[in-house]
Amino acid sequence: MASTKDTRQQKLALGAALVSLLGRIVLAAGIPLIAFYVLYLGFIFLRDSHAPRGIIALVAIGWGVGGVAVLYWVFNDIVERLPDAWKTRLLPFVFVGPAMAILAWYLAIPTLRTFWISLFDRNGPPEGLNLLQQLTSDSFVGLSNYGAVFTESLMREAFRNNLLWIIFGSTFSVVFGLVIAVLADRSRIEKTAKSLIFLPMAISFVGASIIWNFIYEYRPAGQPQVGLLNAIVTSLGGQPQAWPQWVAISPWNNLFLIVIVIWLQAGYAMVLFSAALKGIPEEILEASRIDGANEFQIFFKIMIPSIRGTIISVWTTIVIFTLKIFDVVWVMTGGQFGTHVIATQFYRQAFTNRNSGFGAAIAIVLLIAVIPVMYYNLKQFREREAF
Amino acid sequence: MKSGKRQKLLASLFVNGTLLFLVILWTIPTLGIFVSSFRNRNDIAVSGWWNVFPHREWKVTREIDPVAAGLNPDGIMEVEGVSGTFDQFRAGLTTPEGERLIWVGNKRIGRIQVQEKVWTVSWNFTLDNYRQVLGGQNFEFTKPDGTVVVVPGDNMAGAFLNSLAVTVPSTVIPILIAAFAAYAFAWMNFPGRRTLFIMVVALLVVPLQIALVPILRDYRALNLNGTFLAIWLAHTGFGLALATYLLYNYISSLPRDILESAFIDGASHFTVFTRLILPLSVPALASFAIFQFLWVWNDYLVALIFLGGNPEFELVTQRMAAIVGARGQDWHLLTAGAFVSMILPLTVFFGLQRFFVRGLLAGSVKG
Repeated sequence: MASTKDTRQQKLALGAALVSLLGRIVLAAGIPLIAFYVLYLGFIFLRDSHAPRGIIALVAIGWGVGGVAVLYWVFNDIVERLPDAWKTRLLPFVFVGPAMAILAWYLAIPTLRTFWISLFDRNGPPEGLNLLQQLTSDSFVGLSNYGAVFTESLMREAFRNNLLWIIFGSTFSVVFGLVIAVLADRSRIEKTAKSLIFLPMAISFVGASIIWNFIYEYRPAGQPQVGLLNAIVTSLGGQPQAWPQWVAISPWNNLFLIVIVIWLQAGYAMVLFSAALKGIPEEILEASRIDGANEFQIFFKIMIPSIRGTIISVWTTIVIFTLKIFDVVWVMTGGQFGTHVIATQFYRQAFTNRNSGFGAAIAIVLLIAVIPVMYYNLKQFREREAF
Repeated sequence: MKSGKRQKLLASLFVNGTLLFLVILWTIPTLGIFVSSFRNRNDIAVSGWWNVFPHREWKVTREIDPVAAGLNPDGIMEVEGVSGTFDQFRAGLTTPEGERLIWVGNKRIGRIQVQEKVWTVSWNFTLDNYRQVLGGQNFEFTKPDGTVVVVPGDNMAGAFLNSLAVTVPSTVIPILIAAFAAYAFAWMNFPGRRTLFIMVVALLVVPLQIALVPILRDYRALNLNGTFLAIWLAHTGFGLALATYLLYNYISSLPRDILESAFIDGASHFTVFTRLILPLSVPALASFAIFQFLWVWNDYLVALIFLGGNPEFELVTQRMAAIVGARGQDWHLLTAGAFVSMILPLTVFFGLQRFFVRGLLAGSVKG
């Protein structure tokens, strides 16, 4: 009797185990399937829908943010159901995989692809052929795009202007940032002053361009000037000018655009210098004051050497930033009046002229320009023992 | 002792004075468009925004009829103790009392105005500029000569919604993905960990221009161009290296014992990550979120390329650039529009400045 009861119980237990196993399989397969299906529906809806803007925006936010969270949860759930050995092997890739895949798709592989495209004519490598066939096709032009990059007259203008941007933009941002940081450190209005100097960092380049266009606004002589700069100039007896468009002084009209970036970036430099200055031990400053050093000596002989590292890193950052400057020039002058820079040339060639090969070659030149910084970053990283 | 005190006072005056000067210099550009955005459109066109401050302006007090006064415009005329030719009167002559005499109109039927300098402010403020720039419907306004003109609105409100729909996921998605990756780099052991992290560090400064041509090809093949998904993914890709790097720095510095005790209690990595690491990392998440938010909101290039073909999805920056291109002289629209585009970033900036500064110091600078 007892044994039949046992077998019945065993059968029940077996059934329960089977059901739960089945359930787990269904869950394991079903949840991801359902999740993918829902995400796919959302994707199609977003791609093709003509619903009111507000609804699309809401669905978009929910779908985008929720979708990513759900994907992680689902993949984690699948891996958690695997045997332990597999779990420890696979779980790190669930965590790190999506980030690496996206980085590879959006930055790492495009570097190689852009280089490849730069070896071809305006249409890029012909599609549907393998690499060898592409190489032997008529579209392959070798390095001639690079030759054009360095010889075309507009490109040379762009290189010259970018040099101006780098020299004046970064130097003045650093100088103003440093002066403001030092002054603010001794002032009673430190907080307010820093906030206000810093505020332009929150403004878009397009917004900043409008703000400065308004300052440079030009009216013919004799009419009331509504632009601040021309109002000042005419009240001092000068002639009004359309400053960034003032071709007569080319290439120095670029300075009127560079001022905008100095206005935007000085706040960034200030914040970093301010923190670095606060890190200088008070005793050193006190000791040199007792020894009779004046404030200028302290500034040049003590402060600047002690924050040299910060100055170099801020300067490099702004150099990279000015190297890629695009929005300000594009909105202010569109590259006319001798103000083209590398990034506007890139846009003009790659997207306005639809010359993929030329555009890609310009992008590669930009990349080569930042390689020293990349090398420095990697060296720093290798020197850190912790990893 | 006394001279020391004086020197200190002078130094403080110099420091605060220079600083104040620089602050004013830095604030004036923004103040200019802020003030202008509330001025009447006709005022903006004819006078500078600084006229809202008290200033002295010529005002007509009375008029003299040259014919009645028996003046001959072809010779030297003498009026109110001033004498001059027609051309001199045309340009304006000042009387000993400080009044200005100016001939308006032509030689035959002109008049001489007597003007006086008076203190005045131009405080004709309005919200119409915002109404026109925000609305998508037609907008009516009255010109100075009394005619009513109807112009289309600029639908900045729609662009604002689009910008929100682009910015929110473009901020949250990379943070979520990067936080998972940063956790794995900091607390898990797996083959290729070092190599992958070196890739992240190397990609920190890669200019995004490098990716635009190939990614645009992929998007064309996937029929993704001009969709929100396209631009979220693009911003995710371009912000991910920095996000992973910053969050790794923060997460790897969290105390080891908290995690170990959680693992001993049988918690899985997923639980530890969502229940422990995410809440502990809020400061780092917040400072990166602010940066990513500002970048995406203020971005123009990525939007131009991946959303450029779809006017329905135009973002705030694109809308503004379009107004600059089409109506660069309409300062009442440009100033109001620029301010609309700045409201959200400025609020975020002032509300969360502490996190913003912390993020900057941790190295938030995008490649």
